[in-house]
Amino acid sequence: MAGLTQDLLRIEDLSAEFRTYQGVAKVLNQVSLSLRPGEILGLVGESGCGKSVTARSILRLIPEPPFKITGGRILFRGRDVLKLPSGELRRLRGNSISMIFQEPMSSLNPVFTVGNQMMEVVNLHQRVGRTRAREICLEMLHQVRLPDADRILGKYPHELSGGMRQRVMIAMELSCRPDLLIADEPTTALDVTIQGQILTILAELTRRKGVSVLFITHDMSVIAQLCDRVAVMYAGMVVEIAGVRDLFAAPLHPYTRGLISSITGLEEETDHLEHIPGVVPSLIDPPGGCRFHPRCDQELDPCPRLAPRLIPVEPGHYLACHLYPG
Amino acid sequence: MSLTPVIEVSGLKKYFPAAAGWGRSAGLLKAVDGVSLRINQGETLGLVGESGSGKSTVGNLILRLVEPDQGRVLFKGRDLTFLKGPPLRQVRRKLQMVFQDPQSSLDPRMTIRKIVGYPLELNRLARGREALQRVIGILDEVGLGEEHLYRYPHEFSGGQRQRIGIARSLVTGPEFIVFDEPTSALDVSVQAQILNLILDLQKSHGYTYLFISHDLPVVRHVSHRVAVMYLGTLVETAPKKVLFAGPYHPYTQALMASAPKPDPLKRRNLAVITGDAPSSVNVPPGCRFHPRCPRARPVCSQEPPPDLKVGPEHTVRCHLYA
Repeated sequence: MAGLTQDLLRIEDLSAEFRTYQGVAKVLNQVSLSLRPGEILGLVGESGCGKSVTARSILRLIPEPPFKITGGRILFRGRDVLKLPSGELRRLRGNSISMIFQEPMSSLNPVFTVGNQMMEVVNLHQRVGRTRAREICLEMLHQVRLPDADRILGKYPHELSGGMRQRVMIAMELSCRPDLLIADEPTTALDVTIQGQILTILAELTRRKGVSVLFITHDMSVIAQLCDRVAVMYAGMVVEIAGVRDLFAAPLHPYTRGLISSITGLEEETDHLEHIPGVVPSLIDPPGGCRFHPRCDQELDPCPRLAPRLIPVEPGHYLACHLYPG
Repeated sequence: MSLTPVIEVSGLKKYFPAAAGWGRSAGLLKAVDGVSLRINQGETLGLVGESGSGKSTVGNLILRLVEPDQGRVLFKGRDLTFLKGPPLRQVRRKLQMVFQDPQSSLDPRMTIRKIVGYPLELNRLARGREALQRVIGILDEVGLGEEHLYRYPHEFSGGQRQRIGIARSLVTGPEFIVFDEPTSALDVSVQAQILNLILDLQKSHGYTYLFISHDLPVVRHVSHRVAVMYLGTLVETAPKKVLFAGPYHPYTQALMASAPKPDPLKRRNLAVITGDAPSSVNVPPGCRFHPRCPRARPVCSQEPPPDLKVGPEHTVRCHLYA
């Protein structure tokens, strides 16, 4: 991957598993990716591919056990998050790295007003007085284009629409001036016209403030509109990383190609949609070798035996596939 | 495709009492407020709208899963509105529904054979060996096999469960099927499989579909004609090609412009309209879209817009074209 010094976040060979009653689910298998300052990196994949687990591992948000990180490093500004003492980890959360989730209602406390919750966050992280904290909140609500910010501060979460709640969350997270914002499917629960508004605000604000974003989604169209680079995950592995234009112009991994053609087909007049046969495998008993090989139409001899490594095939384009052996 | 209407809906209305909490009433939620539409033999009408627009209620009203307050539903010229008992049950064999979430619409304690065979039993269409043969036949059509007969829903993936849901709706030999967001809970790669299946079934059997979805690209892929719904009313109806080539209604235009395109070279501003859709309890006067409409004029907040014919089979409800 690119030089060490310029990466804000670097995940190296992260492996992790969940202990379940059915067995051990190997949810991450040597995941590697990096995020540069000021960049929006899309992390895309289908449900259960490990994209949310990867993101939550960065903040150590998943209870251990049942979760267990079995290998690898997560370097934030060169320091391994996995080795931080809990006090420092706590300072990292919110101050340097913030996160927004799919369903803002479950991230907001239903019994406190929006103003109450926002000001608590500002107080906690910036140690300012009440008046100043209120000013900061109003300013942030204004930046996420919520009209009537004064009135919104006095409202309870249930009085707001989904789009307004998500804007409150964005305002709250960005008020801490983080270096990295992790957005886990922030627009999936929203209507398309509202999604358009939220994506626009998110892109504008993070670019203006120089915040890096790790944007998790299952929607390739959102990736195309928002991200600078993309990492594609399948069944706990990163299969391809590339600049967004390269990825859409010339996807190399058979899975990425299937993913892109199954949506671009919807934009054109076609009789039959391209689709990937089969289903996502169980992670308790994943296929050996390349985890995609049972669904792949170009299977080679080593595919069922040998897991391909993520290697550069072109400058800035990384791939884990035996079809392109470096 | 002939132009005999299979379904004709006129002036359909459904108001629900809206609760304000603590047993108080907040007035009426106008879920569907005067919807008229027609679906021809062998045709798919796509019904698109955002959450709360009333599109699912329209599907439920047509099948009489919810009783309409006003309006009529004709199936092949026969009025369904007042049918009861056995005649209603007889007609219902011909009208079926596939739900969004196959997880919650399949009984976890029933085997696939039982689930798919149940409509046959209920309608006394077939029993025993004959019923089994029909179940196997239908499972084969949706891409499942005999080995799946005695398994339970939890043993299947989301896509397979949706195939089971489709098999169950087909087993009584329907003519008209309502699909209510059938692929919204599925992953993209699986969504394509199910959409292909739905289209293939229509080609081989000539089914008539009402396809309800919030997803414009999906609606575009499966539909012949598309109706756009906003806050309980249809704002625009047109043949698919006409609608996607040049939408008339500002809301349809906004919907299309705010849907992200899967092409990083075609980036644009997705925030084309501001604000949220108001609640169907407090419907704005005049045109319901006027508070968010970028082209609203004074008349829009005063008078309800007329239903205008702007082309063959293309109607739009907007003051701009009056």
